[in-house]
Amino acid sequence: MKDSSIFAPDSLDLMAVSRQRRAGRRRYAAALMALGLGLVISLALATGIGRMDIGWKTVNAVILGKLGFSAPVPDHTTQVVIWDIRLSRVALAGLVGASLAAAGVVFQGLLLNPLADPFTLGVSTGAALGVALLVMLGVGGSYLGLSPLPLGALVGALATMVMVVVLSRESGRIRKESLILAGIVVSTFLAALISLIKSLDEESLSAIVFWIMGSFSGRGWIHVGFLVPYAAAGLALAACHHRELDLLALGEEQSEHLGVAVSKVRLRLLLGASLLTAGAVAVSGVIGFVGLVVPHLVRVLAGPSHGRLLVLSALTGALLLIWADVLARILLPGGQELPVGVVTALLGGPFFFYLLKSRRARGMW
Amino acid sequence: MVIQAAELCVGYGGRAVLSGLNFQVGPGEFVGLLGPNGSGKSTLVNTLSGLLPPRGGRLLMGGHALESLSSRRRAQLRAVVLQSSEVRFPFTCLEIVLMGRYPHRKRLESLADDDLLRALKSMRRTTTDHLQQRLITEVSGGERQRVIIARALAQDPRLLLLDEATSCLDVRKKLEIFELLKLLNQTQGLTVLCAMHDLNLAALYCSRLMFLKDGAILRDGPTEEVFTPAVLARVFDTPMEVSRHPAHQRPYAVLLPLPAEIQETEETLEVAHI
Repeated sequence: MKDSSIFAPDSLDLMAVSRQRRAGRRRYAAALMALGLGLVISLALATGIGRMDIGWKTVNAVILGKLGFSAPVPDHTTQVVIWDIRLSRVALAGLVGASLAAAGVVFQGLLLNPLADPFTLGVSTGAALGVALLVMLGVGGSYLGLSPLPLGALVGALATMVMVVVLSRESGRIRKESLILAGIVVSTFLAALISLIKSLDEESLSAIVFWIMGSFSGRGWIHVGFLVPYAAAGLALAACHHRELDLLALGEEQSEHLGVAVSKVRLRLLLGASLLTAGAVAVSGVIGFVGLVVPHLVRVLAGPSHGRLLVLSALTGALLLIWADVLARILLPGGQELPVGVVTALLGGPFFFYLLKSRRARGMW
Repeated sequence: MVIQAAELCVGYGGRAVLSGLNFQVGPGEFVGLLGPNGSGKSTLVNTLSGLLPPRGGRLLMGGHALESLSSRRRAQLRAVVLQSSEVRFPFTCLEIVLMGRYPHRKRLESLADDDLLRALKSMRRTTTDHLQQRLITEVSGGERQRVIIARALAQDPRLLLLDEATSCLDVRKKLEIFELLKLLNQTQGLTVLCAMHDLNLAALYCSRLMFLKDGAILRDGPTEEVFTPAVLARVFDTPMEVSRHPAHQRPYAVLLPLPAEIQETEETLEVAHI
């Protein structure tokens, strides 16, 4: 062991390792390109699908015209249907999908728990309660084209997060186990409150149920505008701390040994994930399984590193929800719509079952 | 001074495990922390690593109050290896070792060649080169422990805190790790403080020993002076013989059978049973 070779760096194969890392980066870039391209194509395809039969050429012409790349399309009705009704809805579905998937990545990394997602911590239930309260108070109507319900969802989600964090704080530190426990306790309590509201106020029942199902029906650019700041802030917070997420995935003790200010960073990440969830729930209601399934799937294919996981999951989540919403629009004959939350649950449930059972996915945990 | 403790009191919640500790550890020392089960070795290591706030007294690391240092600054000064470190996510072993560079990297700064080189160097030193691309979740317990030690070395600390870090390694690997620590200690001035149960391993490599007993430091001094039958017998309540090995001139302890007490207890139990 006195052999001095262990101190001679020249014998280290830095080149080989660099080569391997470059190959990894190329694979990642390829995946990014593929997903990005898929997203652009999906955006156009999904916009072309709907009750009013409009050809692909017209769709492209309207979009390019609106973006200023070519002359605007003269037909006002077509323009409104394509741009204001369909494209805004597809864009919103993509944005919500990306937000929910990214929130799922953060929650799973933080809680070292494959079953963690925006719902485990009670954040979504809190948002739903915010909505239920507003509906019961009779302020669920529309003001200046925008309903106050999204604000209720946001306040509910953030208040729940604060409550869960306060409950799980022990002498200045957030304990991981008590965080999950507090999430379950708070979420159960809030669900009971929602049931109470439902039984007290029969009139609001259908509005609340509609919200809890989750849907993009009747949403427009104004909702996209509402979500963008929350999604941007949440994604930025998560992306800035992707390295910390890697370390936190080793557990509290090891991350503290390696220099992560665990409580502080965990609080910031929880805030980021709550913003993502609250924004998404606020504009679309409660849509399950995206935050659960997408990070799982991407982790199996791309490994556990959170920087890449975040980006790839957000893109995959966007793709998934865009097409789930297309299914929700066209599955039922006669122009009736399914809530998209039902579609994601029907698709996600069996898929998640498969993931849990497959050997490869189990090795991940 | 790397560590300065004055009237230090450590423990969990309302319970003090050790109190009135006064000691200093200077740069380049190689200190063994010995004591029976429950004597507070791990508690002290946890306090020195900054995870467990002191219950009283003063604790300085590199001249600064340990609690006033940010987590990041602390991680630049000291690395910690515990008895076992579970990893549940399938990172490659190289990714795990690279995590040791975290406290030295700026946010959003990409990995420098220097970081990679340091990681590879510490993997070479712990003979874990061949594990680079293997998943940490799929290597053996001993291999994982050596990867964790490599990560601690990649952290480039001034002080290395070990808590039974080699107890899951086989004899050969254990000696390899301690030879490596000795070499780093002598050539690069790495300060080492290790809590351990293996008395002879401690006597072989540590130049100074601290014995914990009954919530306090019982003896603290150069190995040659304090590794004596009298001290060992008092600390562990066990008779031992200490000799000097003719080949390396280091002291070593040999266990002697326990006096008759235990047999007597057994006999009284037998009687009671009848």
